[in-house]
Amino acid sequence: MRFESPTTTKAAASMLASESGAAHVLAGGTDLLVRMKMGMVEPDLVLDIKRIETMKVLKVAAGGVHIGGAVPAVELGESERLRSLWPGVVEAANLIGSDQIQGRCTVVGNLCNASPAADSVPALIAAGAKALIVGPKGKRRVGVEKVVLGPGKTSLGRDEFIEAVVLPARAGKSADAYLRFTPRTEMDIAVVSAAVNLTLSRGVVTAAKVVLGAVAPTAVVVPAAARAIIGTKLDDAALEKMAKACRAACNPIDDKRGTVEYRTKVAGVLGRRAALVAFERAGGSK
Amino acid sequence: MPYETDYTNQKFSVIGNRVNRPDGVDKVTGRARYGADASAAGQLVGKILRSPHAHALIKKIDTSKAEKLPGVKAIVTGDDFPDFTGGNRSLMDTLENCMARGRALYDGHAVAAVAAVDAQTANEALKLIKVTYKKLPHVTDVDEAMKPSAPVVHDWIRTAGIEPAPTTASNISQRNEFGHGDIDVGFAEADVIIEKTFKTEQTHQGYIEPHACLATLGPDGSGELWVTTQGHFTFRNMCASLLGLDVAKLKVTSSEIGGGFGGKTHVWMEPVALQLARKSNRPVKLVMTREEVFKATGPTSSTSVDVKIGAKKNGRITAASAELRYQSGAFPGMWGMLGAMTSFACYDLKHVKSVGYDVLCNRPKVAAYRAPSAPMAAFGVESVIDLLAAELKMDPVEFRIKNAAKKGTRASYGPIYGPIGIGPTLEAVKNHPHMKKRLGKNQGRGVACGFWFNFGGQTCTDLNIGIDGSVNLTVGTVDVGGSRASLALIAAEELGVDYDQVRVTIGDTSSLGHNDTTEGSRGTFSSGMATIFAARNAIDVMKQRAADTWGIPVEQVVWEEGVARAKGRQNSNLPPLSLKEIAAKSPRTGGPIAGHNEVVADGAGVSFASHICDVEVDPETGSTRVIRYTVVQDAGKAIHPDYVEGQFQGGAAQGIGWALNEEYIYGEDGTLQNAGFLDYRIPVCSDLPFIDTEILEIPNPNHPYGVRGVGETSIVPPLAAIGNAVSNAVGVRMTHVPMSPPRILKAIEDAQ
Ligand SMILES: Cc1cc2nc3c(=O)[nH]c(=O)nc-3n(C[C@H](O)[C@H](O)[C@H](O)COP(=O)(O)OP(=O)(O)OC[C@H]3O[C@@H](n4cnc5c(N)ncnc54)[C@H](O)[C@@H]3O)c2cc1C
Repeated sequence: MRFESPTTTKAAASMLASESGAAHVLAGGTDLLVRMKMGMVEPDLVLDIKRIETMKVLKVAAGGVHIGGAVPAVELGESERLRSLWPGVVEAANLIGSDQIQGRCTVVGNLCNASPAADSVPALIAAGAKALIVGPKGKRRVGVEKVVLGPGKTSLGRDEFIEAVVLPARAGKSADAYLRFTPRTEMDIAVVSAAVNLTLSRGVVTAAKVVLGAVAPTAVVVPAAARAIIGTKLDDAALEKMAKACRAACNPIDDKRGTVEYRTKVAGVLGRRAALVAFERAGGSK
Repeated sequence: MPYETDYTNQKFSVIGNRVNRPDGVDKVTGRARYGADASAAGQLVGKILRSPHAHALIKKIDTSKAEKLPGVKAIVTGDDFPDFTGGNRSLMDTLENCMARGRALYDGHAVAAVAAVDAQTANEALKLIKVTYKKLPHVTDVDEAMKPSAPVVHDWIRTAGIEPAPTTASNISQRNEFGHGDIDVGFAEADVIIEKTFKTEQTHQGYIEPHACLATLGPDGSGELWVTTQGHFTFRNMCASLLGLDVAKLKVTSSEIGGGFGGKTHVWMEPVALQLARKSNRPVKLVMTREEVFKATGPTSSTSVDVKIGAKKNGRITAASAELRYQSGAFPGMWGMLGAMTSFACYDLKHVKSVGYDVLCNRPKVAAYRAPSAPMAAFGVESVIDLLAAELKMDPVEFRIKNAAKKGTRASYGPIYGPIGIGPTLEAVKNHPHMKKRLGKNQGRGVACGFWFNFGGQTCTDLNIGIDGSVNLTVGTVDVGGSRASLALIAAEELGVDYDQVRVTIGDTSSLGHNDTTEGSRGTFSSGMATIFAARNAIDVMKQRAADTWGIPVEQVVWEEGVARAKGRQNSNLPPLSLKEIAAKSPRTGGPIAGHNEVVADGAGVSFASHICDVEVDPETGSTRVIRYTVVQDAGKAIHPDYVEGQFQGGAAQGIGWALNEEYIYGEDGTLQNAGFLDYRIPVCSDLPFIDTEILEIPNPNHPYGVRGVGETSIVPPLAAIGNAVSNAVGVRMTHVPMSPPRILKAIEDAQ
């Protein structure tokens, strides 16, 4: 096994392109090292991206937010500006594992690991985040929802990696929220999760995006749930309609972490609760 | 007073103090050496190949490719373990559990093992071993396993304890019945009868340190084993019997232990490590992974329990009965028997009957887990007690007090109780401020009681006084919960010296006579007793030395506060001789000063606890948070209150995990789905409230200081206390543990 730690994205791209065996990008390593230890992957090349200065950049500006692929989750929570612009994205990133895990792990790693239960992914999709992808032929930009294809599967070419994710400019009275259900308070994995991003005008929801996690092979965008609350002040009827849409969008599995029935029910509960939190954060009142 | 004994109100000067533990600095600095921290020159790495099937015939094991791999030094299979058991079936079960003999009996059962120069080579070798299996039908559920149509785990099992003896095999290894009176008469007298069935899932002790050992075994049949264990003498005897060694030629040293809770009372892979060492003639280190710990060590039983209790309108119980079905894994156990014995031990009952069944399944061999079998029985019984109280419109604490066992009560499992603590713990609960706290929305409170026998057993202790007057106490009971601190306090109390002057060591098997395993809450009780006697023997020696020094008869010498005094007016010119002075002169007065004691520490006092628990349940998700928890337990005498409280809190914490989330989840194919801490959810720190404790001291008349074991009882009430609290919070009776969020949500919805 080779271990490389290039200092530029270009060098990294060419190392990936020239590796004929199994190449794995290493960000925080909180997924990759665990899988290596369990014998699930046996890399020929481990490519550490943490020496690439440009990937360690976290830029929070009015026009948008740039989260480099090597920025640890803990840094997101340390930015007051980011917390006020995207509280949902930050709370999702800061639910990953524990303090120790967050000191290492990245949201890009969370995305590329492609787990249906990844915490930051629903929040990033709800936020309309885009992934900045680097490959031998240059860069491209795709919506985060297009990155994950299924459990452990991404749309990245084997010679591509993600340099950063970017969040769009914030419109007026907007806020987001992320909630997950876990039996334990921490060090646990989402049984169901929900992210809601919305914008208000005169107290009424004018735009919204609702995304569910852990209820299908990938995070699920639920336009019907968004439609249920757009044009409302989150009255009980709208919330019930929204919860119903969330439940209808679920396609979960029965496994050791939860039953189909349970996940479906709780998806509705969390969708509704996340909407209320985002609504309040955006300055709405019922 | 009913709770007073000869030992009530003794005056102590050293015990009862909250001193620092002697092993503390080593543990917080990382200097302490655990099972995996030993190394030997030339050591090999041992790894075990395990069955991926729940039940399968092993048709062939081809090790030829693995043997040819450079760096592989030894491979063993069942064929490498000749039968030294002399027809002892339970020894053979242990051997067969360590290494399969023709049949894999559960997912994770060892089928072969390798010793190689490094971990990579050993892992590579495991992949090269080719095992040909023929899958057999399996059963993992206790009720399913009892059905006549169930696949039989062992065709030689004939249920013991039924008349006439069965002629065909089943999975029920034994039936045991306890009780007295006539329950039919008792139930006929009842105004109200409640009957209910309960289930509990299988849980693991969840100790943080995985099993680990370093083994050597030479061609001369002598060897050494460094191992994390609760009982190195037991491990020595077991390994020697299984491998055909002389007991005296195997030296076993216990490492520091990172938790055991019963799971390290039994050998799992140590005989395999020794056999690999013998075959390779090299030291072999074997460390389990967490997955192996879950799959192939000894969790506690899953159970299915029926409870029926009847009472009169005045609140007196007239009769109680229970049938308890305990899953013992792939080998016979005595867990159903213990469940039946403990089930009604808290109550004073005229008519009582409990029947326990031990049932085999294709799961790992069950081992002890802290007060083994009692929590599940208490879950059923204490739930029905709550239901009865509600039916009778009585306060559940008052109802329990009214029926509590006391001195002179015939216990449901046979003996007549001496002074016991169930009544006092309930009175303390009744008067506790916790009970007065108002509950909020979606909150509920539960109370439950628990009992454990406790155990004494064989004990052997040496106390040696150094030339400077410092004291070396060598005991053979492994310290799993702070017993070294307690034993040093006891030695200091007897000798009249400072706590800091005493150093306690856990001796290896060649330095002391046999000591039973640290189980049954016996460490401080039994080694404490032996320490007292050993110290008194050393005092006799010192009195003699003083008498000789003074030239007076020893009868005129007394030992007080760490000094020998010459009694009587004729001796008033003789200044006292301190322990230090006597020790300093010892080379010229007869040599080293020592005290020894070997004893069967009979009379471990039974132990009772009552717990109070408040929970808050989210009715939309079924998520439960324990918001307040109080443990009241009788310690007899708390030698070191910190570690007594620690035991109370630890048992409650494990009980909370068990009650709410922990469970072995098996797939349709009989394989374990959650062999890791991510999906086997023991509570993390933030899941638990501060656990409040209250120590009661009702001295055990059989121990010089009144000590009762305290380590286990604290895990008995939590399942029931939380079950009662959750049921009160959601308004639906919970009958299935763990009360995980999906189970609670389903129960709420089914009731609507
Ligand atoms: C104890 C523990 C608790 C955890 N709890 C949670 C939790 O609560 N919620 C949760 O969602 N996750 C959890 N995880 C999983 C993990 O921590 C997260 O998925 C984390 O965000 C991964 O980030 P990382 O930087 O460590 O990724 P890595 O392990 O470095 O990488 C993960 C995967 O992404 C690939 N990758 C990484 N960076 C890039 C890149 N820039 N371009 C292309 N591919 C890339 C890697 O090759 C690898 O396949 C937990 C893990 C542990 C060990």
